[in-house]
This record gives sequence, structure tokens and C-alpha cells, in this order.
Amino acid sequence: MTLIDLANPTKFLSLTARILPPLAALTAILLLIGLYQSATAPDDYQQGATVKIMFIHVPNAWLSMFVWGVMSVAALGTLVWRHPLADVAAKAAAPIGAAFTFLALVTGSLWGRPMWGTYWEWDARLTSVLILFLMYLGLIALWRAVDDPSRAGRAAAILTLVGAVNIPIIKFSVDWWNTLHQPASVLRMGGPSMDRAYLIPLLVMAVAFSLLFVTMHLAAMRNEILRRRVRALQMMQASGQPA
Amino acid sequence: MTALGPYASFIVTSYAVVAAVVLILIFWIAIDYRRQKGRLRELEASGMVRRSGRSAVDMS
Repeated sequence: MTLIDLANPTKFLSLTARILPPLAALTAILLLIGLYQSATAPDDYQQGATVKIMFIHVPNAWLSMFVWGVMSVAALGTLVWRHPLADVAAKAAAPIGAAFTFLALVTGSLWGRPMWGTYWEWDARLTSVLILFLMYLGLIALWRAVDDPSRAGRAAAILTLVGAVNIPIIKFSVDWWNTLHQPASVLRMGGPSMDRAYLIPLLVMAVAFSLLFVTMHLAAMRNEILRRRVRALQMMQASGQPA
Repeated sequence: MTALGPYASFIVTSYAVVAAVVLILIFWIAIDYRRQKGRLRELEASGMVRRSGRSAVDMS
């Protein structure tokens, strides 16, 4: 099967039926390994055991931005190449991205209270991530508000590309403005500044959560294709057209 | 809990919230899949078929 074959929804469904079970199993195994490594990681000399929150906060924060990146590529697919699966991919990714962003905000708050003395601060990093969460909710609302999936897809694609401006703002907010949030310690010039005792569990959890996203995204895309088939058959039924 | 120090409740709550949201997502996707396949079967049972003639629930 070539990449171009995946433009065919039926071939895409065939592919997902084959790869979802092993992908889900691999995700579960990596999550278990990551959770074990997170549980047995040593306490930090300053943060104590609260450093364990990092192993779930950081992967969710990374994915909150990565999923918007995936949706932006899909938006280009909708507007430029008119790929038949592009807006299916974008629509399926939005609720998952919203969930990861929500988890990044909640776990960040729960980490911030013991470390900073506050659950929330209206600084650049926290506020820009909150805006990202609201943009995800706006996109989901847009898809629900417009009946025709292709019209909704085009409008959502434009909104997604406009919203992509927020991603570099989130990434570099800790460098551009004064903030309580610490600067980048993994994806930075000069390599990670973190000790291996924390870096390895963090990377395992990041890969595990990324696989979790891929698994859930493929399954949600499959559901969206089936939903569009239901819609097409219901429209044929309502119009009384013969098959 | 004592091994996690004075902020154990923050750590445990963080992991519990992540587990709950991820499980809700997985169940939501699984339930949606069953619902869409059920609707397609109902439509096919009522005589509606795709233009290609292939079953809409066929994944192969």
C-alpha cells in the first residue's frame, strides 16, 4: 500500500483495522514502562516528589502543541491539496488535542501550587496555553454548528491556520517575557539540561503519550469516516433516491 | 502516601485526573465506533446501500 492509497477512505479503514490492535498494545506497554520509571525516579533535591508531576505534565503540554501542528498540516491538506481525509484528520484530532491541553493546564496548576505557591498566574506561558485550549473548544463548536462537513472543514481549516500563530508564542513565551514558568530544559540549544534519572522516564512517557495520540487519532478518524457514510446513506434515504 | 512527601495529594490528584481523562477519551471513541457501525447496519438492513455496492461496515 502506497501513501497515495491512503487518500482512499476504504483503504484507510482497512489499514487501521490491521494496525490499531498492535499499536494499542505497544502504547499500553510503553505507558506501563514509563509509569514504573516515573514511580521509581528519585526525588528532586529542590522539588522533592512533586517532580513526578513533570512526567505527565510535560508530555501533555508537548502534545497540546503537536496536535495543533497536525491539524495545521491537515488544514493545508484541506485548503491546498483538497485531500479527502484531511478534514477528517483535523476534526478527529481536535477533541484529543483539547483533552491534552486541559490536562497540561490542570497538571501544571497542581504542580504550580506547591512549587510557586499559586495554582494560576496570568503570565505569558499559562495564558497562551489557556488561549490554545479555548481555540480547540472553538473549533469543536464550529464543526458541530455547521451541518455540511466539507463547508465546516474549510472554515475550520482557516481558523486552524490562523490559530497556528499561537504555537511559537507558547514555545518561546518563557524566553520573550518574564514568567514563573521555567525555561525549556529538554528541547533547547546545547541539549537537555536535565539529569538522565529524570530525562529517560520523561522521554519514555513522551513517546508513550505520542503513541497514545496516534492510536486514538486513527480510531477517531475511522469513526468520522463511518459517521460520513451514515450521513450519506441517511441523505439518500431522506431524498428517496434509489441506491 | 508518606513516601510522596507533604505534597502527595497534588501528585496523586495529577495522575488520577490524567488517567480519568484518558480513559474517558478511550471509552468515548469506542462507544462512538459501536454507535456508527450500529447505524450503518440499520441503514443497510432498511435497504440503503452505497453506490459502490460494498457494505458500509466492511473494513477489509
